[in-house]
Amino acid sequence: MSTEAKQNTITPNTITIDGQEIPFKDGQTIMDAALAAGVYIPHLCHRPGLTPHGSCKLCVVDIGSRGVSFHNSDRRVQTKFSVDIDGRSVSACTTPAVAGQQISNNTPALNEVRKTITQMLFIEGNHICPSCEKSGDCTLQAMAYHLGMLDGHFPQFFPHREVDASHPTVMLDRDRCILCELCVRASREVDGKNVFAIAGRGITAHLIVNSPSGKLADSDLETGDMAAHICPVGAILIKEHGYEVPIGRRTFDLHQVGEIGLEKVILAKVRHTDE
Amino acid sequence: MSKIRIATTSLAGCFGCHMSFLDMDERLVALLEHVEFNRSPLTDIKHCDPCDIGLVEGGVCNADNVHVLREFRKNCKILIAVGACAINGGVPAMRNHFNLRECLEEAYVNGVGVENPQIPDDVELPLLLDKVHPLHEVVHVDYYLPGCPPSADEFLSVLGDLLAGREPALPKKLLHYD
Repeated sequence: MSTEAKQNTITPNTITIDGQEIPFKDGQTIMDAALAAGVYIPHLCHRPGLTPHGSCKLCVVDIGSRGVSFHNSDRRVQTKFSVDIDGRSVSACTTPAVAGQQISNNTPALNEVRKTITQMLFIEGNHICPSCEKSGDCTLQAMAYHLGMLDGHFPQFFPHREVDASHPTVMLDRDRCILCELCVRASREVDGKNVFAIAGRGITAHLIVNSPSGKLADSDLETGDMAAHICPVGAILIKEHGYEVPIGRRTFDLHQVGEIGLEKVILAKVRHTDE
Repeated sequence: MSKIRIATTSLAGCFGCHMSFLDMDERLVALLEHVEFNRSPLTDIKHCDPCDIGLVEGGVCNADNVHVLREFRKNCKILIAVGACAINGGVPAMRNHFNLRECLEEAYVNGVGVENPQIPDDVELPLLLDKVHPLHEVVHVDYYLPGCPPSADEFLSVLGDLLAGREPALPKKLLHYD
């Protein structure tokens, strides 16, 4: 199909999410375009302004027909390849928006898959909400509420990973880490440091600290760093401020995770304690 | 019409869920026109007759918990895991980080202020399990009521649905884990 013909069949620079037409700029991902248009696609490891990571897979969406019709002579029509294009599931945070994409997002089937992913995140760590000082400010917990998760479904792992309480103002409980790499990226891209990384593979993957001893106390991390505040769960916590905002008055007691632009509210809420 | 028969118990829990159940206050009077309690700490009946609904608070931490939970599963048409501990082990499951001997020694031998230190071994005491488990790892569970504790409104919502013959569907505004 010629470029000229393609331009005639599709509206330039718009995608369609759940039937709603949404504009995008060249270079934007599906997630960027959706958030800019006020459309919520569930996500945990994505944060506007940081390089997309595509690890949590909660933002998985289905891409249907792109409105591009193939000529009969196109080999893709004669093979399974055209079927693959029509029925793909992709991460919205890492997939570029392409004109004419027909995207399914808020569907019962996708939300069920997202709930299963969230259940796996819960049972792989120690997410015992009543004993966690992040409860109410935790995006994982809020995501589980959003998806209507009642139980963990799978057998609990009850992992026992190293706690690092060496730093005077920041503590690290790896049992709650969901490996989203938000702290890794915030440290590198915003703080201009390189405090965190993920080491190991599969079930042994874990958060490590870049210091000679491997301890937070010997790293460059400071309380004011974005990396110290960005954790969506209770893995990285600011010491001595955990209960300043009482349960019932916290971010997700007052807001839904699906509200657009909540990142600023969350950061403001955790930062006020230091100001 | 005969009343719906409910049994309740607390396994490795703190009875907080039962206290929250009683937070229905005067709404209990209306509920009692439709339900009656069988085995429960509220009635002090010691064993289950065949029941319609079983509400189980707490996780499974010892041999007696397993025994009671199986009795509930056998006798209750619908078994509901009530509260954080029943659903994922909760706070008692925090001992899963340590081996059982370490826990017992910390509590009964090396603990601050312990007199005459010894690990209890009376034959009347149920044997502790190596780890604390959520209910669904031991028996089939039909429905889950999260919260620490679930609010009285949550209990009423789920029981209301069941009394009306509906599949329980907890409204999202009532859903919380803390």
